[in-house]
Amino acid sequence: MELKQQLVIPRAVEAVWQALNDPEMLQHSLPGCQHFEQTGDNAYDMTVSAKIGPVKATFNGAIALQNLNPPFSYEISGEGKGGVAGFAKGGAKVSLKAVTESGEPATQLSYSVEAAVGGKIAQVGGRLIQGAARKMAQDFFTQFVRRLCDDETIELVIETIETP
Amino acid sequence: MSGSLIGKSVLRKEDHRFVSGKGRYTDDIQLVGLTYAAFVRSPYARADIKSFDVSDALAAPGVIAVLTGEEVAKDGLGGLPCGWMIHSKDGSEMRQPHHPVLAADRVNYLGEPVALVIADTQLEAKNAAELVMVDFEPLTAVVNPATASQAETLYEAVPNNLCYEWELGDEAATEAGLAAAAHVTTLKLTNNRLIPNAIEPRAALAEYNSGTDEIILHTTSQNPHLVRLIMTAFVQIAPEHKLRVIAPDVGGGFGSKIFIYSEETALAWAAKKLGLTIKWTADRSESFLTDAHGRDHVSEAQLALSADGEFLALKVKTVANMGAYLSTFASAVPTYLYGTLLAGQYRTPAIYVEVDSVFTNTAPVDAYRGAGRPEATYLVERIVEKAAAEMGLDPAELRRRNFIGRDQFPYQTPVALEYDTGDYEASLHKALKMADYNTFSARQAEAEARGKLRGIGLSCYIEACGLAPSQVAGALGAGVGLWESGEVRVNPTGSVTVLTGSHSHGQGHETTFAQLVADRLGLPIEDVEVVHGDTGKLDFGLGTYGSRSLAVGGSALSVAADKVVEKGRKIAAHLLRTDVDNIDFDAPVFKMIDSNESKTFQEIAFAAYVNHDYPSEELEPGLAEKAFYDPLNFTYPAGTHICEVEIDPDTGVVEIIQFVAVDDFGTIINPMIVEGQVHGGLAQGIGQALLEQAVYDDTGQLITGSYMDYCMPRADNFPDFKVGMTCTPCTHNPVGAKGCGEAGAIGSPPAVMNAITQALGGIEIDMPATSEKVWRAVQTMPALKTA
Repeated sequence: MELKQQLVIPRAVEAVWQALNDPEMLQHSLPGCQHFEQTGDNAYDMTVSAKIGPVKATFNGAIALQNLNPPFSYEISGEGKGGVAGFAKGGAKVSLKAVTESGEPATQLSYSVEAAVGGKIAQVGGRLIQGAARKMAQDFFTQFVRRLCDDETIELVIETIETP
Repeated sequence: MSGSLIGKSVLRKEDHRFVSGKGRYTDDIQLVGLTYAAFVRSPYARADIKSFDVSDALAAPGVIAVLTGEEVAKDGLGGLPCGWMIHSKDGSEMRQPHHPVLAADRVNYLGEPVALVIADTQLEAKNAAELVMVDFEPLTAVVNPATASQAETLYEAVPNNLCYEWELGDEAATEAGLAAAAHVTTLKLTNNRLIPNAIEPRAALAEYNSGTDEIILHTTSQNPHLVRLIMTAFVQIAPEHKLRVIAPDVGGGFGSKIFIYSEETALAWAAKKLGLTIKWTADRSESFLTDAHGRDHVSEAQLALSADGEFLALKVKTVANMGAYLSTFASAVPTYLYGTLLAGQYRTPAIYVEVDSVFTNTAPVDAYRGAGRPEATYLVERIVEKAAAEMGLDPAELRRRNFIGRDQFPYQTPVALEYDTGDYEASLHKALKMADYNTFSARQAEAEARGKLRGIGLSCYIEACGLAPSQVAGALGAGVGLWESGEVRVNPTGSVTVLTGSHSHGQGHETTFAQLVADRLGLPIEDVEVVHGDTGKLDFGLGTYGSRSLAVGGSALSVAADKVVEKGRKIAAHLLRTDVDNIDFDAPVFKMIDSNESKTFQEIAFAAYVNHDYPSEELEPGLAEKAFYDPLNFTYPAGTHICEVEIDPDTGVVEIIQFVAVDDFGTIINPMIVEGQVHGGLAQGIGQALLEQAVYDDTGQLITGSYMDYCMPRADNFPDFKVGMTCTPCTHNPVGAKGCGEAGAIGSPPAVMNAITQALGGIEIDMPATSEKVWRAVQTMPALKTA
């Protein structure tokens, strides 16, 4: 599964970068996140419940932030196990670019995700993963931007760059 | 009265039970103290097992025990064997990796069971199964059969992942035929991988009686005696006489319930080990992952023809996917059930076939309705039709020129089989007439005027059924003889209990076998009861598969019924104070030839058990006779299927306009049941051609793992089938029957694909012909003339 999308956040690059490295920010933006704990430099353990098609599961996993190039880009890689529901593993490249919006400094955030799933998720939910991933990204960034801007009314527009 | 029931569409005796909800399937059985099992399965196609941690699962509510592959290994259980030895070209034996009941250190396909959780309820067992922590270390999986022999080796003892490299036929003569040909047609094709999808999933209920040390296993099996033999002689969970296997009502098998699987074996072992009564019923997801899949061949073929269309030679190279382990009959399917059928209905003088069977990290592949014969028929009938198109000949005429003539039987083919009888011209002629073949071009033109694409396709199939005879099967590598047992047990009041080693899981044996015996003895069909599927009640039997039940099991009953008549004549002679030679059986009456004295069947039956004055040296009491019937040859059902399709070029949707099936099954006992078998087979064959395909991604994940992605045919995919019959009775069994269970699934796929290929102007696509594939093919066609 591959997904490439981008969005514009009405905050300067440095502020977005800081938020992207703030565990509390990430935890509260991640839909279904039940547990989020820093285990080392740029390494976290987490528990996330997710529903893909008919399969609902709680994933225990770890993620790591790599190739940090502040304040412009990093990579996330992770793997989660959901018991009989199967497993998911994957990575995302995230990059930030300074832009202006209505004359104010803003950030264009773009990301590309690659993910693989196995077990029951692949068996019965395989073709729903693309949709589930989009929804998860939409929910995550909506929460993320609303918290960052302290404005619960923001309706986020995410643009898909490429659909495989 | 004899002869009055044969050929009659008697309503099925078992249907009242089934349609009124009174069928008794394995999952229906409730016993005191029942516990439930759930299996822990690999989420990876290939991985090392580093460790098991069952502590959380054991602590979960209701959990009684957790058994893993480690306990299986500690108890020294044998592996699940494959029953058919195949030798490679160089004479070496096929390579068979150890197939553990539960994996302990390495898993080799997605869904392979590694542990078993037993709890008070099904829900508790399933919940606790999620708590079994298995530390898997994923490894690279080998998935594609076409390249498996060049991929990483999966088993140390199996170089290049090759199970065997088999050949059949005369290579030199075939090459000579190709060299001398005026025309050579070549074809590459894939026979798509299928998932069986019986309506009743696999299930087992194992009970252990510590007082008698007996295990009783109720299970969804097509051949309970083979289950008992393999579990006791090979896996060694108990001595054979301490395991009773009962296959009660079973809801469909199509081959997938012939095989001996991990789950049922583990359950019987666990019941004894723990002293429990345990039930397991597969959910649909488990069925997708672990019921042995079918087909999965990749083939290339060349057909050599003379200038006037005479077949000179056929050369075939096939790669067959075995999956991760050799299932019970897997090795025989792409060899002796495939290569031997490549002569089809034709006089092709030279045939040479090579089959490489490979292991991959996918579910085991084994016999599925037709088993090898659909793959052979698909290849032969596609290449014959392609040759006709290339040479500008009518495909019916090309076939006719090459048919084995009705006066040429018995006919020895160049690929081992000797066909006993047949009339291929008769079924072709009848099918062409039923399909209005001669006026097809008018229908095609009419469709074209509407902007639609029409095609008509033929398939003249043959199959080898009545799986037996023991001597031939043994010479070809079968691990067991392939006869069948039957007993006709006359009760003192004259009713009859018929016991058969065949097993019915939808075929209607309780009716057909009752018809056969009732007809022979002149009894009302209500007086005949058929018993099957219980090793505790029956002699050893070999079950139902390969369209063998009537031809082999029915023949055994026919012989046993003859023995009952012979015994009855002796009893009648004694009662009437005359010689046996003076007694004639005019069913149901034993008559003196030289007087008008007689005894009814009921009088004889009663006398057999209650008489006090038998000359005990000459005549035993009782009236029950057994037969073990071992035929001399396979049976050879054959026929012609014709499919007419219309394609909407805008959507790629294929509509089947008509489907004609004309079959020669030899003598037919119950035409209604036979027609039902044909309909079911056609549905599965057309499903393969248009809709069904099991797909693994390149990591070995099954991405067609549910009905969302694995497309089963429905009623609106089919027209009203036109079914016809011709009859050349089998020459070597007493019933004259050939078998009808698989023909629909064998004959139909090439008929559908030949029709689609013609409609697409010769563009070849592989099955299944989904609307996407067809639409893409349409885009490459020259512009359509539209009205």
